[in-house]
Amino acid sequence: MTGDIWQQIFNYDNYGELLVLVRNSLIAGAMLGLVGGVIGTFVMMRDLAFAVHGIAELSFAGASAALLIGANVAAGSLVGSILAALIIGALGVRARDRNSVIGVLMPFGLGLGVLFLALYKGRAANKFGLLTGQIVAVDTVQMSWLVGTSAVVLLGLAAVWRPLVFASLDPEVAAARGVPVRVLSPVFMILLGLSVAVSIQVVGALLVLALLVTPAAAAMRVTASPIRVTLLSVLFAVTSVVGGILLALGSTIPISPYVTTISFALYLGCRIVGGGTTRRARQVAESR
Amino acid sequence: MTATPLITPRRSNTDNVISLSGAELAFGDRILWQGLDLELGRGEFVAVLGPNGSGKTSFLRVLLGQQHLSAGTLLIQERPPRRGSALLGYIPQHRAVAPQTPLRGRDLVRLGLDGHRWGLPVGDRRTRRQVDELLEAVGAKAFSDRPLALLSGGELQRLRVAQALATDPAILLCDEPLLSLDLHHQKVVAELVNQRRRTHDTTVVFVTHEINPILEMVDRVLYLAEGRFRFGTPAEVMTSASLSSLYGSPVEVVHLNGRLVVVGAPGSHDHGGEPSA
Ligand SMILES: Nc1ncnc2c1ncn2[C@@H]1O[C@H](COP(=O)(O)OP(=O)(O)OP(=O)(O)O)[C@@H](O)[C@H]1O
Ligand SMILES: [Mg+2]
Repeated sequence: MTGDIWQQIFNYDNYGELLVLVRNSLIAGAMLGLVGGVIGTFVMMRDLAFAVHGIAELSFAGASAALLIGANVAAGSLVGSILAALIIGALGVRARDRNSVIGVLMPFGLGLGVLFLALYKGRAANKFGLLTGQIVAVDTVQMSWLVGTSAVVLLGLAAVWRPLVFASLDPEVAAARGVPVRVLSPVFMILLGLSVAVSIQVVGALLVLALLVTPAAAAMRVTASPIRVTLLSVLFAVTSVVGGILLALGSTIPISPYVTTISFALYLGCRIVGGGTTRRARQVAESR
Repeated sequence: MTATPLITPRRSNTDNVISLSGAELAFGDRILWQGLDLELGRGEFVAVLGPNGSGKTSFLRVLLGQQHLSAGTLLIQERPPRRGSALLGYIPQHRAVAPQTPLRGRDLVRLGLDGHRWGLPVGDRRTRRQVDELLEAVGAKAFSDRPLALLSGGELQRLRVAQALATDPAILLCDEPLLSLDLHHQKVVAELVNQRRRTHDTTVVFVTHEINPILEMVDRVLYLAEGRFRFGTPAEVMTSASLSSLYGSPVEVVHLNGRLVVVGAPGSHDHGGEPSA
């Protein structure tokens, strides 16, 4: 019995053949890890973890609407996320407002998604995948969409990097220095919407946080150097996705539990390591 | 007691760094101040006082070019104000940094140098040296590599001074930079600003609720209240008669151990140093 379940979770028969099949997925996963790891540090700095969750649910609604009417699922999820990101960005400038806006939007999005899926008569795996993730053999069209969107996010972030850091830390001082704080905000929300939409393709709407928040949160536990945080966060995110795909291969279980477990383990590890450093630093600070 | 001079000798200023004439700021039909004429020269230290909502921060925003005057003109070094001008440095009030913010002391200072530029923070040796010099200037070398979230309020304000000095500004604008610091650190931070003014002839506009920590540095006071203002030396402005006519109700200025205590200003706080509720 136990062995049976174990077989379902870890099954590596014909692993070599499977590996060839999912080569594209692995590349896509690595790309997503890169995007999630990089944007995650800004998500944390701008206190937007909850917003990521909200955007994901509306993205899910968009994707399931697309599934229902037979449109492109990726496009549907993209429309959903961008809309949600812009609404959250526009209505919730201050954290308190923002959280209530998200709290209102999120169940609405989830409800819509459930409605569309209930009406949908196609393959059940398609439905489930939107919520909990899937590794399908990514075809060339999907692949180019994914890589293209990821590239837009990464290039966009690279372009606004310094002013975005400044505005996230100290909006007033940044504005005094000439940083267009009010323009940067929606620009970042659009980039975030794009990242959520691509991530959903692999990890599913419910677990986007594991990719866009956990790795950065883990990295921030062990270092405060901006470069090291970004590199570590990317490393953690890529490890989670690629590791998740490799482990999920051949099992009948969706990919998300593997991804979330790896990323959670990394976070725990960082907390344990970082807890010590932070406490030491604090002691040094207090003894002065 | 009498040893504390209330008036620092005003220097003669031929070249005005900031000049306002007939300046008015109103939001809707609410006038914050009007008919404001003032000329501030190099190295002058001006304290901006007034109750909450009297338009002190808005005054700084006007100087920064973020807020247009409703009437009158403003010239900064003979030119209209420009957003993001390197002529102005800005020190905000102390606010704690969110835990786990992935930035260290030196990163905050560096934002003052190139945080407004597009692109990635690729560092060269020159930037690094400049940051080191700025850290040195405010005595923040010792904690420059520590995470911002672990720094004390006083340490953080030192770094913010260094950040504001990054462009070697002709004017330093400070918006209640001493708020929530203890007395010792109030002195330290105010002294850093004053020292910069002495060595670089920087003009300082210092918004504060509490004039006493900077009383000895202040050349002139701009006191905003009730849609009106008073502008002059501390000895001229900080008197019972002047403030009573400004507020339109009896206000008393008491000298206490070389400190000024304003008693009875409506809707205000006492400038006494005791934390106001
Ligand atoms: N853009 C704006 N539109 C409308 N009203 C504004 C705007 N900016 C400021 N005000 C109003 O102008 C008044 C002055 O604001 P300001 O922030 O300058 O006050 P302050 O003197 O700095 O007060 P505090 O001591 O509380 O910091 C306030 O009543 C504020 O609500
Ligand atoms: Mg203010």
